Amino acid sequence: MANQQTAQEKAYDQLAQKHRPKPKIFRNCFKAFIVGGFICIIGEALNMLYKGFGYNKDIASSMTVATLVIITCLLTGFGVYDNIGQWAGAGIAVPVTGFANSIASAALEHKAEGYVLGVGGNMFKLAGAVIVWGVFSAFAVSLIRTLVLMAIGS
Amino acid sequence: MKKTWEFSPETRVLASAAVAGPMEAKGKIGKYLDHSFDDLYAGEDTWEKAERKILSTAVDAAIQKSGKQPQDICVYLAGDLLNQNITASFSAQKLGTPFLGVYGACSSSMLSMSLGASLVSGGFAGNAIVGVSSHNCTAEKQYRYPTEYGGQKPDTAQWTVTGAGAAIIAKGHTGPRVRYATIGKVMERGVKNPFDMGSAMAPAAADTIIAHFQDTGRKPDDYDLIVTGDLATVGHPIARELISKAGYDMGPQFSDCGLMIYNDKQETFAGGSGCASSAIVTYGQLMQEMAKGKLNKILVIATGALLSPVSYQQGENIPCVAHAVAFEND
Repeated sequence: MANQQTAQEKAYDQLAQKHRPKPKIFRNCFKAFIVGGFICIIGEALNMLYKGFGYNKDIASSMTVATLVIITCLLTGFGVYDNIGQWAGAGIAVPVTGFANSIASAALEHKAEGYVLGVGGNMFKLAGAVIVWGVFSAFAVSLIRTLVLMAIGS
Repeated sequence: MKKTWEFSPETRVLASAAVAGPMEAKGKIGKYLDHSFDDLYAGEDTWEKAERKILSTAVDAAIQKSGKQPQDICVYLAGDLLNQNITASFSAQKLGTPFLGVYGACSSSMLSMSLGASLVSGGFAGNAIVGVSSHNCTAEKQYRYPTEYGGQKPDTAQWTVTGAGAAIIAKGHTGPRVRYATIGKVMERGVKNPFDMGSAMAPAAADTIIAHFQDTGRKPDDYDLIVTGDLATVGHPIARELISKAGYDMGPQFSDCGLMIYNDKQETFAGGSGCASSAIVTYGQLMQEMAKGKLNKILVIATGALLSPVSYQQGENIPCVAHAVAFEND
C-alpha cells in the first residue's frame, strides 16, 4: 500500500503523525495480559468446580464456556461490557467473552428492526466473519497436517 | 471572491436553539442548552425516533423564540448523518413546511446555513429555518460497531454528539448578521482510518479558512472567535499548522466546537463530533454570547467527512469538505 501513496499524502501523513497521540502499546499489552489471564483463572476455577460436581471432562468444559458466555451477555445487556472492553482491549476480546459480546451487542442493537430481520439477520454481523474464517482455517490446517502425515508415510 | 458569497446586510439570524442529550447536558455546553433529554431514547422506543424528536424540539424552540408560528416559515433546510437523511425528512413531515434536505455529513450545519441565507438574501424566501442533528447511538450503529460492542477504540477516535441545533434566518435589523459563506471543495490527503476523522478533515478545514481570508481580505485577528466544527485534539492542531504554512497565524481565538462540549472528566477520546457538534455550540453558546456582546465577529467552519461504511470497507480514502460562515454584530 505504501508505494501507492503520493508524495503529497506522505508529506501530510508525516505532518499529521506529530499531532496523533501515540498508541500505548506496552500499557495495552500489560492490561490485556492481566485481564486475559484473570478470565482464564475464572474459567479454570469453574472447570474444577463442575468436575467437582461429578461431571466428566468434556461436559465440564462446555459448562465453563456456557457460564462465561452467559456472564458476558448479562454484562453486555447491562451496558457495562463496552466500558470493560475499552479498558481491557484484547484481554477480554480474545477469549470466548469477545465472541459472545459481538453476538449479544449486535442482537441488542438491531432489536428495533424486529426479531426476524433485525435480531436474526444481524446477530452474526460481526461474529459471522469469525465463524467463516475460523472454520476455514481449521480445514486448511487439518488438510496440511493430513498431507504432511501422508508424505512422511506414517 | 471565488469561493465566498456575501449576503445582503439585512440577512440575519432571528433566533436559534440548541437541544442535546444527557451527557452533553452535564458537559461544558450544558448551561447554554434550551432543552436537554435525560436519556438517549428521549422517551421514544428507538434511537432513530429519539434523534428525530431532538431535532423537532430544537426546531420548535427556535420558532417559538422568534415569535413566529410554524405556518409562517417559508422553507425548512435540514440534514443529519443517517442513511437517506431520515431524521431531517421525517422531522419535516411533522413540521409541515416546504422542505429541502441537505447532506454534507458534519458540515451540514453551515451548509444549510449558507443555503438558507442565500435564499433569504436573494429574496427567494421570506425566511428560512435551518437545522441539523446527530445521535451518538444511531451514528455508531450506522458507521461503526454496535454501541455495546466492547472493541477498544484508539485515542484518535471521537465521540458523536447527541443533539440538534436550529436557526431562523430572516431579513431584519435585529440579531447577528450572516455576512459571508465560504463554500469548500471536497478533498482528501490519503487518510483511510474511520477512527481518525480529525486528521482526515483538517486539510479541508484549512483550505476553506485560507480561501475565506484570501477572498475577503480579512485576517485571523479580525475575528473574536474562529471555530472549526469537530476537528478535536488531533485535527485542530493539524489545521492550525496547515494554515500557518499559508502565512496566516491563527491566534488563541482559534478553537474547535468538539472541544467546547464535554468537560475533561468525560471520556470522549479526542473530542466531540457529528452535525450537532458545530450546531449546538454555534446555535447555543455562540449566538447567546453574540447577543450579550461578548463576541461580535465569529467565523464557524463546519467540517464533514463524506465517507460511508461501504466506501471505507472498500479501502477508499475519506474525502472531506468544510464550509465557513461569518456572523457579526453591527
